[in-house]
Amino acid sequence: MNQENRLGIVTEASLDKGVEVRLDIPVSVEDMVVGRYVTIEGQKRRFFGMITDVSLGVTDPRLTVTPPDVADPFIAEVLTGTSTFGTIHVSPQLTIGGDAGSLLEGPQPVKTIPGHFSAVNLASERDMELVFGKEDPQRFNIGNPLDMELKLCLNLEEFVKRSNGIFGKSGTGKTFLTRILLIGMLQKSQAVNLIFDMHNEYGWAGTSESGPPVKALKQLFQSKVAVFTLDEENSRRRGVSTDFVVKIGYDEIEPEDIVLLRQTLNLTEPAVEAVYQLRRRLGKSWLQNSLDIEGTEDTRSLLDELSIHESTFQNLKRGLATIRRLPFIEPHAPVDAVKRILDHLDRGISVVLEFGRYRDITAYVLVANMLARRIYAQYQERTEKAMAEGTAPPNPLVITIEEAHKFLNPEVASQTIFGTIAREMRKYNVSLLVIDQRPSGIDSEVMSQMGTKITCLLDNERDIDSVLAGVSGKSELKSVLARLAPKQQALIFGHAVPMPVAFQPVAYDTKFYASLTSPGRSGVEQVEKDIEELWE
Amino acid sequence: MRFINNQSPDKIAEVIEAGTTQFTAQCYELYELPPLGSLVKTGDIYGIVANATTAGLEPGRKPIARGRDEASEEAVYRSSPQLTKLLRSEFTAVVVGYKDGENLRQYLPPNPARIHAFVYLCPPGEVREFSQTFGFLNILANAALPAPTDELIAAALRRMSPAHEDSRAFLVSAGKELAALLSSQYDQLKSILGRLTS
Ligand SMILES: Nc1ncnc2c1ncn2[C@@H]1O[C@H](COP(=O)(O)OP(=O)(O)O)[C@@H](O)[C@H]1O
Ligand SMILES: [Mg+2]
Repeated sequence: MNQENRLGIVTEASLDKGVEVRLDIPVSVEDMVVGRYVTIEGQKRRFFGMITDVSLGVTDPRLTVTPPDVADPFIAEVLTGTSTFGTIHVSPQLTIGGDAGSLLEGPQPVKTIPGHFSAVNLASERDMELVFGKEDPQRFNIGNPLDMELKLCLNLEEFVKRSNGIFGKSGTGKTFLTRILLIGMLQKSQAVNLIFDMHNEYGWAGTSESGPPVKALKQLFQSKVAVFTLDEENSRRRGVSTDFVVKIGYDEIEPEDIVLLRQTLNLTEPAVEAVYQLRRRLGKSWLQNSLDIEGTEDTRSLLDELSIHESTFQNLKRGLATIRRLPFIEPHAPVDAVKRILDHLDRGISVVLEFGRYRDITAYVLVANMLARRIYAQYQERTEKAMAEGTAPPNPLVITIEEAHKFLNPEVASQTIFGTIAREMRKYNVSLLVIDQRPSGIDSEVMSQMGTKITCLLDNERDIDSVLAGVSGKSELKSVLARLAPKQQALIFGHAVPMPVAFQPVAYDTKFYASLTSPGRSGVEQVEKDIEELWE
Repeated sequence: MRFINNQSPDKIAEVIEAGTTQFTAQCYELYELPPLGSLVKTGDIYGIVANATTAGLEPGRKPIARGRDEASEEAVYRSSPQLTKLLRSEFTAVVVGYKDGENLRQYLPPNPARIHAFVYLCPPGEVREFSQTFGFLNILANAALPAPTDELIAAALRRMSPAHEDSRAFLVSAGKELAALLSSQYDQLKSILGRLTS
């Protein structure tokens, strides 16, 4: 083994509590950082584990009572690593057997512990590559493990098989990370994306706190991405050439969409119930008709008949009026947005829907829910048909939503389309990518269904708990999570990765653009163009 | 100075009492004692000088004071030349290892030294070779010694260190060995380490 990487030896271990490692003399505790990977050379197998704690030890408690004269360099040198020493706590994640057969099998879950005094080394780049794999047609480099040069590769074909979540406080890098993952999916998976882009960051260009705007999906992948907008004027002003302007008709809004908006629109419970009754009674144009109802005899008898109280009705009317005032809502939309979106998705083109100026949560929740519900219904129908007839199912679809707790909080998760998708584990070829800064607001069942979670720094205890709920080694990962840098560091764990790992997402810059090769433009051309831009 | 032959270093003493764990030797010259902590050798056996005495030849009889009318201490011996014959210097060495053919063992030999065996002070090369490993520290730490253990261990290490090219590094590694050996006796460790720095 490489002596340079040697850290120490195992002194204690249990499956339950993990492994204690006493550091060798030349190894400084200050070089040990939580989240790094080590390998433990057991007799029959190698273990991969994450450093989850670092501590100091003394052999005799009297040392701490009457500390030695460490001003004397001789005394200090003698005591370091002997009477006083560093230890790290390692949480084993995987093992690889030593014989040829188990090498082929690859990494396995940990079912035992390494023996006493097994040597512990920093995991080398080769070790990590063995576990995470190299960049290949399915694997995309999303960054590098903390303190390592190595490329950390994520299998995106695996990733998109389940719904996934990206979490972190505001400003930690969620949006940038999401953009990186979306690019990965465009390059390395069969999935198409539908992105509800609340802050206009994914379509053409995104803002950066630390410099000029960055390129977003369509600039990098002209032929694979279409930008739709709800706010044509705003998009034009930002210099974005859009592919379609989305309008929503009153008649496309269903009671289910209103349920989600109960809180934002300040609706009472009875008002929400009334919506269902009115829909049943008035049919597809219920919203228009309800708003048109005036205080006439006829209407009063209608409301009496449905036993809707006058104050309830007024409450509802105020809420519906808020919806009607949204500029992209029209009595009847000339072109069906859902059909347009599906047309693109079917051709393998991902769709980013920009919200322009309409960033308030009412607009976002209403539109995302409404469109997703109808697209999902189409996917369901087509997938079932494909199964029955043995034809190809529609392209796997990943729907990206922000502020996910608005759609997936415990109060509404059971009733919304997003709750259904999250729970169904891509039954109908649709999965979610949810982005949220307040994961504790998301229904715990939905959280538990998420395949892979990537989380940047969180500091609220409840948020941390909800993200790590049900993960083995939770308390240890917690200490890793709580110590991530406030920006551009993340912890990934779950379905698509063999073991949890803290990493630094790739820097989203011209060098990154250059590393992408998109069809239509040759790699060389792109590099040249990007280098040119460097000097602009 | 007398030479037995060309190869051997000077013999300095002769074994007059021998046991498994220590031996006592009488010096050929009065006061020509090896310093405390020196590595000595008799036959194949290595010892570390742990105690020394100078006394009258006849047990139980003490010499009498003779210097009242002399100007200096040397003059006392000059006026009574028989004194050097009536007094003797002896030292006790703790057995710390032996040579088993080519191999150096840092544990007790199968047999004790022989009476009248010659004792030599080990030259630096041999000291260096012997102190490559620190098994002898364990013997010293656990031996029933006539002198305080801490003092003796410190003296032995201080005497060995100049034989090493990097004597500080030697003391540091020895110190670390002691730290492991005395892991739960910090006070003793501290006292020894305090006697190693100068
Ligand atoms: N991978 C990255 N490459 C370059 N800059 C980044 C990266 N991640 C984050 N940043 C910087 O951090 C800022 C905040 O990131 P952002 O993704 O907007 O955070 P969040 O969406 O979590 O609020 C960005 O404006 C950018 O300057
Ligand atoms: Mg953001």
